[in-house]
Amino acid sequence: MIPYQFTYHRPKSLAEAEKLFSSDAKFLAGGQTLIPTMKMRLASPSTLIDISGLPELSFIRAGGDAVVIGAGTKHFDVANSADVKRAIPALAHTAEEIGDPAVRYMGTLGGSLANNDPAADYPAAALGLGATIKTTNRSIAADDFFTGMFSTALNDGEIITEVSFPVPERAAYAKFPNPASRYAMAGVFVAKTKHGVRVAVTGAAPCVFRVKEMEAALAKNFTPDAVAKISVPADGMNSDIHGSAEYRAHLVSVMARRAVEAALKS
Amino acid sequence: MTAVSLTVNGKPVSADVEDRTLLVYFLREHLRLTGTHIGCDTSQCGACVVHVNGRAVKSCTMFVAQAEGANVTTIEGLAKDGKLHPVQEAFRENHGLQCGFCTPGMIMSAVDIIARGRATDRQTIREELEGNICRCTGYHNIVSSIEDAAKKMGAA
Repeated sequence: MIPYQFTYHRPKSLAEAEKLFSSDAKFLAGGQTLIPTMKMRLASPSTLIDISGLPELSFIRAGGDAVVIGAGTKHFDVANSADVKRAIPALAHTAEEIGDPAVRYMGTLGGSLANNDPAADYPAAALGLGATIKTTNRSIAADDFFTGMFSTALNDGEIITEVSFPVPERAAYAKFPNPASRYAMAGVFVAKTKHGVRVAVTGAAPCVFRVKEMEAALAKNFTPDAVAKISVPADGMNSDIHGSAEYRAHLVSVMARRAVEAALKS
Repeated sequence: MTAVSLTVNGKPVSADVEDRTLLVYFLREHLRLTGTHIGCDTSQCGACVVHVNGRAVKSCTMFVAQAEGANVTTIEGLAKDGKLHPVQEAFRENHGLQCGFCTPGMIMSAVDIIARGRATDRQTIREELEGNICRCTGYHNIVSSIEDAAKKMGAA
């Protein structure tokens, strides 16, 4: 039950959605985070603009050296897309790791990135693959997009329209889920591309981040051993009832090693 | 208020509802289809799972307005001509329920799992049930029920 009244709009186009925006409105993509958040009164927008059904936001285009996915595409459709599985199997696997089957039928790529939950899976794939996030106004490199806990470079009223994921030579995502919530305690996305190696970590800190030291080591020698002994500082890691900062820092090295192992088998 | 029109268990329904009306409240309180349960109301337990356009979703985590024009199937819509759906029958045969609170959601998820060809083995069924919680912890027989139903439906 949502404990307060608000106004719901279902625009027929992206242009109409933008026009409906006001300062205390929120866009409803898949709703799998926003609706529970509203129930708990952690968010109370006066207006919801439902962009979940906009056909122009739901597509998968694979070809050449990138996979381009509409921001409204559901996790289920990414996880089961033959094109995504062929071009970037690690991306399909990442989508499969999100939430549970019912959530994957509703949740969207754009919603996940715009929310930037510290333990979300997609931000690791976007940052790990060096994706480009296209919005109603501009294109933003993943490196510039994730700015902090639940915060991004998006301006008010700006909508993610599509995300372009460069096809890597090999990649993998290894996640250590919390045994109860299944959210990532630490998840590491590793990608070997023609421009170098990228290592992105989610779940461990307030915001997804790259581990440059691991990237440099893997660029020289793309093996599990190359990262197994590289530790990340516990300073700044999340610390809660589920695990200390030291525990999470340790998990990052373990999951990085597992991601490289998996990437070598891909 | 928002006017909504959708199809529920094969019947067209229309109503004027508060914008904040979640699909599960619409089903239970407007249509009196109380087979769909509200367990946690926080998208975790899966007691509220129904099919929207053939996809098993948590009806506590979507607004009825999002289901405009959609085809919704609830637990009440599974049996045909007084004959239980094979998954319902399998839950009965295998004692796939204890208190029964989670059962409607379990069955709606199970139908979807079988349709997606994921009821292949007990471990996969358990993974697929990640979003459905049984407060009696009666998973063993729930998994057996789904396994049995899949075999009888020729899907495993």
